Amino acid sequence: MTELLQIVFDALSLGSLYALGALGIALIFGVMRLVNFAHGDFIAFCVFAMLWPSINAAAIVFAGNLPFYLLIPLLLLVGAALSVLSEVIVFRRFRNANPATMMIASFALGFAIRNFLLMMYSSRPKSITLWPRLSLPVEVLGARIPMLQVVTIIITLVVLAALTVFLKRTRYGLEMRAAADNFTMARMLGVRANGVILLAFAISGMLAAAIGLILATNSGTADIGMGANLMLIAFIATVIGGLGSVPGAVAAGFLIGGASVVFQATLPHDARVFRDAFVYGAVIVVLLVRPQGLFAPKSAKQRV
Amino acid sequence: MTLLAVNDVTVRYGRLTALRGITLTIAEGEVLFVTGPNGAGKSTLLNAIAGVVPAISGSIAIDGAEVTGAPPEQIARRGFSLVPEGRNVFGTLTIEENLNVGAGMRADKQQVARDLESVYHEFPMLAERRHAAAGMLSGGQQQMLVIGRALMAAPRLMAIDEPSLGLAPKIIDQVYEILVRLRAQRRLTLLIVEQSSTRAMMTGGRMILMRGGRIVLEGEAGDMVKDERLKQAYFGFGDH
Repeated sequence: MTELLQIVFDALSLGSLYALGALGIALIFGVMRLVNFAHGDFIAFCVFAMLWPSINAAAIVFAGNLPFYLLIPLLLLVGAALSVLSEVIVFRRFRNANPATMMIASFALGFAIRNFLLMMYSSRPKSITLWPRLSLPVEVLGARIPMLQVVTIIITLVVLAALTVFLKRTRYGLEMRAAADNFTMARMLGVRANGVILLAFAISGMLAAAIGLILATNSGTADIGMGANLMLIAFIATVIGGLGSVPGAVAAGFLIGGASVVFQATLPHDARVFRDAFVYGAVIVVLLVRPQGLFAPKSAKQRV
Repeated sequence: MTLLAVNDVTVRYGRLTALRGITLTIAEGEVLFVTGPNGAGKSTLLNAIAGVVPAISGSIAIDGAEVTGAPPEQIARRGFSLVPEGRNVFGTLTIEENLNVGAGMRADKQQVARDLESVYHEFPMLAERRHAAAGMLSGGQQQMLVIGRALMAAPRLMAIDEPSLGLAPKIIDQVYEILVRLRAQRRLTLLIVEQSSTRAMMTGGRMILMRGGRIVLEGEAGDMVKDERLKQAYFGFGDH
């Protein structure tokens, strides 16, 4: 029983991270048809923003020493600023380009950010200690669950709830959904293209910062490639969820997280190193059965 | 008073010239029908006014203000509302949300609420299903929704691209009945692309005939329908 509970929490917390990542990708894809492959590098950038530039292995913590009520808003701001700057400096120029061109631009941007970090911090992973108390276990229904897992799940649920309220109940949220549905039509009704896109980038950047904080707290290291794996899975989640569907991306993020944990727990010991192969295999099966994604919105298809 | 002035506008898609120096004006309160065979440039004309496709030369002014090269959202804010071909409802949004997007740029919330009620009054079917996803509506219902949505923007000039395309005759009658009434009620200026010239004649107003990106004939809809050149333009006889 407690073992099962452990698996459930593992699945939920890993799924939370993937869902937050998928959300950051899906929001931008929605308004711009851009798959932002630099998203993983946004995550790493936010983590490194807590450290002074140095090439030593021992990290010199800078903003990371701030109390959490200052650090969290500061880092969210860093993420939003980086993301917004990327749109203004890079992606705006590709607004009317085809999706493949935009995707390649995002690869290039990711490369630039990664190499900037490399220059400033060298390639060595750095240890970073954030909120050590979060790694202590807490007792939930008899099972001992790391506090961070519980916090991750709660943060994700809060973010999802806040975003749902924003998208469903506010004017900007309505405009963003309209723009994601049919961008040109939304503009012809007075929705400001730049405003909606900047807002999507800002939110996506804040999500990257939140993921960075969780990853850094969890692993205790800052590594230049730390966002790459998550970005890949988040991208897959947006595809499985049905590109363009924000709830689909979130659900698929949780599904992939769940599948990873379940494979980890149930595969024979020797096969566990190939866990990701099983996960990706499951992804292929899903896409063979439903190439349009699991949650492609039915209503989006127009009746003739 | 001139509400829309299009002056010598040319539009190209790559090497294809879609509009060749179009000049036209619409006075406030007027109805102008644009007709012509497929590929004449009718939709391109509307899209050029809306700012969706760029004019490579010429100028467009709405109510005296130059809008050439302005983005679509700015042109919409000048009071131009386009109902494009193909009934572009936001399929993932509810009917009411679709209507609210139309009203997004208006500040007077009380007037917006009144207008919403009047759209629901005009299209009772929309009121019944206001919380249903717009993508689930039939073609005719979607046409009602996009007209209602354009009205929510409180436009001074409303352009509609082929309102009758793909609709049953009974529904087309209904759509035109509503347009005529709205025009009278709100002093709405209308620019309607319509293949059916008899429909234009029944509604009344001015009509232009386009062919090959040019205006080839212009006059009162009632007179134009009798004109032999109208048929010639469609079937490609004559000197064109």
